[in-house]
Amino acid sequence: MSGDKAPVFHVDGSRTAPTDWTSDAMRKRIAKRYAAERRFKYLGLAAVVLSASFLVFLLWVMVGNGISGFQRTEVRLDVDFPALTGGAQAASLTGPQAGTAAASMDLPGVVSVAIEAEYGDSGAQIFSPGAWQIVRKKLLAEPSLIAAKRTLWLPASSELDIAMKESGNAKTEALLADLRGKNLVRTGFNDTFLTGSDATDPAQAGIWSAFKGSLMTMLVTVLLAFPIGVLAALYLEEYAPKNRWTDLIEVSINNLAAVPSIIFGLLGLVVFLNWMHLPRSAAIVGGLTLALMTMPIIVIAGRNAIKSVPPSIREAALGIGASPVQVVFHHVLPLALPGILTGTIIGMARALGETAPLLLIGMRAFIPTAPGGLTDPSTVLPVQIYLWSDEVNRGFVEKTSAAIIVLLLFLLTMNALAIYLRNKFETRW
Amino acid sequence: MTDNDATNDPRARVARQTGGASSAADGPFQATGMADPKMSARGVNVFYGAKQAINDVSIDVGMDNVVAFIGPSGCGKSTFLRTLNRMNDTIPSARVEGDIRLDGEDIYAARMDVVQLRARVGMVFQKPNPFPKSIFDNVAYGPRIHGLAAGKTELDEIVERSLQRAGLWNEVKDRLTDSGTALSGGQQQRLCIARAIAVDPEVILMDEPCSALDPIATAKIEELIHALRGQYAIVIVTHNMQQAARVSQRTAFFHLGTLVEYGATSDIFTNPRQEKTKDYITGRYG
Repeated sequence: MSGDKAPVFHVDGSRTAPTDWTSDAMRKRIAKRYAAERRFKYLGLAAVVLSASFLVFLLWVMVGNGISGFQRTEVRLDVDFPALTGGAQAASLTGPQAGTAAASMDLPGVVSVAIEAEYGDSGAQIFSPGAWQIVRKKLLAEPSLIAAKRTLWLPASSELDIAMKESGNAKTEALLADLRGKNLVRTGFNDTFLTGSDATDPAQAGIWSAFKGSLMTMLVTVLLAFPIGVLAALYLEEYAPKNRWTDLIEVSINNLAAVPSIIFGLLGLVVFLNWMHLPRSAAIVGGLTLALMTMPIIVIAGRNAIKSVPPSIREAALGIGASPVQVVFHHVLPLALPGILTGTIIGMARALGETAPLLLIGMRAFIPTAPGGLTDPSTVLPVQIYLWSDEVNRGFVEKTSAAIIVLLLFLLTMNALAIYLRNKFETRW
Repeated sequence: MTDNDATNDPRARVARQTGGASSAADGPFQATGMADPKMSARGVNVFYGAKQAINDVSIDVGMDNVVAFIGPSGCGKSTFLRTLNRMNDTIPSARVEGDIRLDGEDIYAARMDVVQLRARVGMVFQKPNPFPKSIFDNVAYGPRIHGLAAGKTELDEIVERSLQRAGLWNEVKDRLTDSGTALSGGQQQRLCIARAIAVDPEVILMDEPCSALDPIATAKIEELIHALRGQYAIVIVTHNMQQAARVSQRTAFFHLGTLVEYGATSDIFTNPRQEKTKDYITGRYG
């Protein structure tokens, strides 16, 4: 084989046989190389499949458990409004005094009398203690209901709800079978879960106040962390002299990004609550604390994005007489923005899911009403999830999962928005 | 260093400003004495940290001819070019000594506005570097930041005129909104020249403008340099000796950070006075 090929001549005068590319050893080596490549490919694929299956499993479990949190069991109740309210007028339920008028009707009493009339002693086990609030809401929305005897569907008690969705004890199951036989029970959409606030009764518990709290906290965080982080990154990259002080600042920022979040909570507690006397449990304090945590992430991502802007663009702008500020705002920042936004997404996603620092600044309180402003006591979705997961009442299990679904949807929406913005600003060249 | 001292001497300054060449009696720059130089450099030293990149260079650049800087790689010709519009200011370790004047005005003086200087002394870089914006915005950027156009129509005029001068108008007039980066390499470089022209500079510095281009695009740029001659003082750094011979009227040969010889291009290429220049021209090293 190799005999008919010319030998290889070397500088020192020696000669060797030419490389035989078809020898057995060479073939073996090639086969081995291909095998290594295949192995590596399959390993990578396995890693991807494994992580994807974890994700699918997580979503499957969450959706499976949580979907029932968006539903509630309702039981039929006839309420004879004219008889029970002493002939109250529909007109009194309109206008600014409607709330007071509704309060003066003693609706809890009205509803409990109606329940006792229809279901007797077992009524208390059938209906949610907060069922009257649904009646109140319905009356305020539609005052004409009060003029006659009406058939309403009101939320069932937690036990009955669980028995309906999964299984209950023998007594509740019997009760449920009885109601089912008479067609007095149905499954409806739980709008209270989306519009209500935290409550001791799972049938009354809702996610809205936590959602709003999260929204306000994130707003404070992004409004503070984004501009400060971007400005810090710009200064460090474009203006700061390269000396030991800036090195020290760089190391500090990198370390700050790795500090456990609960320490930021302690910082928030000391600085914002004890020194600055900002209101406890408020979204503004939560936002400030999370902004401290998010800022280093934005600074690091921002610096990398700014670094990756080609120097030729800076030179081009400087070369036709752009001032350093013009170079930064006309060229560097627009080109770095996609990278900065990616860092912001990561930072905000981390902040949205953060629980520990918020516990320390009092955002774990029981908040039965949605916050009206940044300084009102509020809670956030992950803290709400944490609180519900700790509840004894079995009704909160599905609420916890449902809240997790809401949190994940919130996260997805936020990320989708950021990715949309990033693609919009992305320049290709 | 004696030359440096001489330039700091008040008498030498006066002599230079009046166009005399008394300080140039003992240097390689006898030919630098020009009646009315657009830019003049005297005793320029450039340091990168402790390393000296340019050693005592004195040169005059006139309005009516193209000056080519030639020399082997690392000889400091680009570094020196960048001192002429203070682009070296962007390198923190760079330090410039000596005296560089534009129309008799010291460009390193404290009251010299570097932003305005760079508008007056435009630059075209080795690698075409259009902004990732439309062709129109690329050219309009300079006039916009310097407020050179009173309105939209005036800006349109400036853009059209600049693109025409850069010989690019006919190729891009129908697609001014396309990205400047979508053009071919040669077109991008002419766009960069149009961008530099748009702010109406007095001097254009070109740092190896053709080294990233093919021969046809190079020929176009060279034609363009011919066409622009006389309207702007042009300094071009090039690796390509034929190019220097083709486009320039005066040539400066740099070697190891010093200016070895500066004179009429025809003299440098046919009758170099220095042995080093001759060796480089004949391809002995490079």
